[in-house]
Amino acid sequence: MKKSLFLGSVAAVTLSAGVGMADTLADVKARGELICGVNTGLVGFAAPDANGNWAGFDIAVCKAVAASVLGDPSKVKYVPTTGQTRFTALSSGEVDLLARNSTWTFSRDTDLKLDFVAVNYYDGQGFMVPKDLGVTSAKELDGATICIQTGTTTELNLADYFKANNMSYQPVNIDSNAEGEQQYMAGACDAYTTDASGLAATRAAFANPENHVILPEIISKEPLGPAVRQGDDLWADIVRWSFYALVAAEEYGVTSKNIDELVKSSQNPEVQRLLGVTDDLGAMIGLDKEWAKRAIQASGNYGEIFAANIGEQTPIGLARGLNAQWTQGGLMYAPPFR
Amino acid sequence: MTDVSAPANPPFRLNMLIYDRRYRSMTFQVIVFILVMALGWWLINNTIQNLRALGKDFDFGFLFQRAGYDIPQTPIPYTSDDTHLRAAIVGLLNTIIVSVLGCVAATILGVGVGVARLSNNWLFARLMTIYVEMFRNIPLLLWILIIYALFTEIMPAPNAYRGENPAWSKILFDNVALTNRYTAIPGLGMTNDPGSLDLGARVTISWATIAFAAALIAGWFLRRAILAWAQVTQDRTGRRPTTWWINLGVMVVPSLLLIWFFGLHLLPPELKGFNFTGGLNVQNALVALWLALTLYTGAFIAEIVRAGILAVNKGQSEAAFALGLRPNRTMNLVILPQALRVIIPPLISQYLNLMKNSSLAIAVGYMDLRGTLGGTTLNQTGRELESILLMMLIYLLLSLIISAGMNVFNSRVKLKER
Repeated sequence: MKKSLFLGSVAAVTLSAGVGMADTLADVKARGELICGVNTGLVGFAAPDANGNWAGFDIAVCKAVAASVLGDPSKVKYVPTTGQTRFTALSSGEVDLLARNSTWTFSRDTDLKLDFVAVNYYDGQGFMVPKDLGVTSAKELDGATICIQTGTTTELNLADYFKANNMSYQPVNIDSNAEGEQQYMAGACDAYTTDASGLAATRAAFANPENHVILPEIISKEPLGPAVRQGDDLWADIVRWSFYALVAAEEYGVTSKNIDELVKSSQNPEVQRLLGVTDDLGAMIGLDKEWAKRAIQASGNYGEIFAANIGEQTPIGLARGLNAQWTQGGLMYAPPFR
Repeated sequence: MTDVSAPANPPFRLNMLIYDRRYRSMTFQVIVFILVMALGWWLINNTIQNLRALGKDFDFGFLFQRAGYDIPQTPIPYTSDDTHLRAAIVGLLNTIIVSVLGCVAATILGVGVGVARLSNNWLFARLMTIYVEMFRNIPLLLWILIIYALFTEIMPAPNAYRGENPAWSKILFDNVALTNRYTAIPGLGMTNDPGSLDLGARVTISWATIAFAAALIAGWFLRRAILAWAQVTQDRTGRRPTTWWINLGVMVVPSLLLIWFFGLHLLPPELKGFNFTGGLNVQNALVALWLALTLYTGAFIAEIVRAGILAVNKGQSEAAFALGLRPNRTMNLVILPQALRVIIPPLISQYLNLMKNSSLAIAVGYMDLRGTLGGTTLNQTGRELESILLMMLIYLLLSLIISAGMNVFNSRVKLKER
């Protein structure tokens, strides 16, 4: 009798440990806080400001999800992760959501048991070199020493690119963007390679950004997006649609400024559905009517977030390019809200 | 029938398991054993449950897939087309390289400093004390980072060696170039290359290396034979023949002949394109890690050596001085051999520590076992459990091998009681 009680309790503990991981929405609601895995510091995408408040393009995704689930974009705990620790942090349940400029690849989506829910930035890998090196093309980098973050897809692309072009290189392995910056600035590597957006962000933080050039070659496709654990489809849906709400908002001209007015006055049925004026889309994903409205209010629509953090008016100065709305010739395309 | 006066065994009752001293210890052992087994079973079961919940399996097949990443320092040929297994082996060899270099250097440094701390020269002894206290009281990781940062910031980029009037020039007769990436040292070239022995799996070893190794081993055995002959002669005639030049000869002459035969010469590094080529580029990550491990472990070894020397009775050195032995001979012939038996056991622990501490290499991007199998491979394949378990197993095996080897050495030097 006692023995079976003991075994039963052991089984219950292990079982609850297994079940507990599968309902992220309930966990987040019970905790009252969203735990978001972010970069250790990449200006424009995710970096703490002078007051220690996290801000950036990826941070805005965390805020939007927190706003739609918890009703408050500030209820987020940011966990900085390196290229090495990010997926383990996600699959072990340490973070609920990974919004850390991570590339969506086949093996990560399948073998690593992650779910990339959307693409919030279409990127590609590039090279940055000091201007006085006199290099104008990545094809001239034969024999160069190149700084590279370990555990990233860029590491594999770099190996493939140099192999395909029959060139050699010396890798210098680094653990974080900050370390890469330090090595690159000290001249311990001739070139620094990572996603082109990351290069632009890194360069913007330099004392003399004009002394460094980003080479024209883009050697890979890097669709960056938020990821969640595989097997919790409801949570994946919530993150996916919270993000698409931002994209759709830009398409329909809903901004953080005019949103309250549009709730009352908009006659566009798609906007009415999105903002929860007519249909109750929120109920279908376990949230209330105004989830998308709050997500948009958190830091504005996709275009506003882009302009505020990494757009052409910021020091990082990235053009919309592939990340423009589909109506503007870009790839940002939110499926219909109905 | 045995002794009738002995009381008959009382019938066994259940409470005797606790109250009877004969059974009590057994009872507790059984209980603890069951608890430990239950804990182990719970851990394994929990792992299996959670893996299943994540939809992951337990499979080492990833070791045979293409690795796809490059490694800066490859003791055996390796390209990004090789398997994760080969990458792990390259990492393991890098771990062994830095561990062996570190153990040798730390031992030399530690013995020197340990002896110097007991020096009669006040200033010298105090300086050594400062070194020991500095290095063993600051975390190793900080030392590694500090030394690596110094290399990066102080040394010039290879570009500084360029042009008519370069800002920096090569040292040691134009043979060695210090840069903030690596130390470029000369490679070895042969005009009479004898080819290589193929060990399979694209691992080759030059016949010249084998020849040199054979010459050195043969020389060492010859030297032992000569010393034995000198001993016999001394016992018979009371006069020891001078052997140092014969010993030097058998050790050095064959090597010199081989150098001449193979036409061995230095290939100084040349600045071509972005980097030095032609020679051997020793990564700063390796040098910084090696220096930090040496200085850190050396401080501990110095204390062990000092303790060992102090453990030898003062009468021993007084007796040696009374016999007219000079201080350095007293140290080498009388004190150190006796101190060794105290020194060796804790020294084994220091070697094990050094080998395990080398996994901090990841901080400076030195691709050791932790950097390949436990770093990039783990990350690219997502096989955390398999990679970490395999890594633990390999480190355990390495430790046991070092430990076993040192125990053999210990049993040879320990006090023989007859």
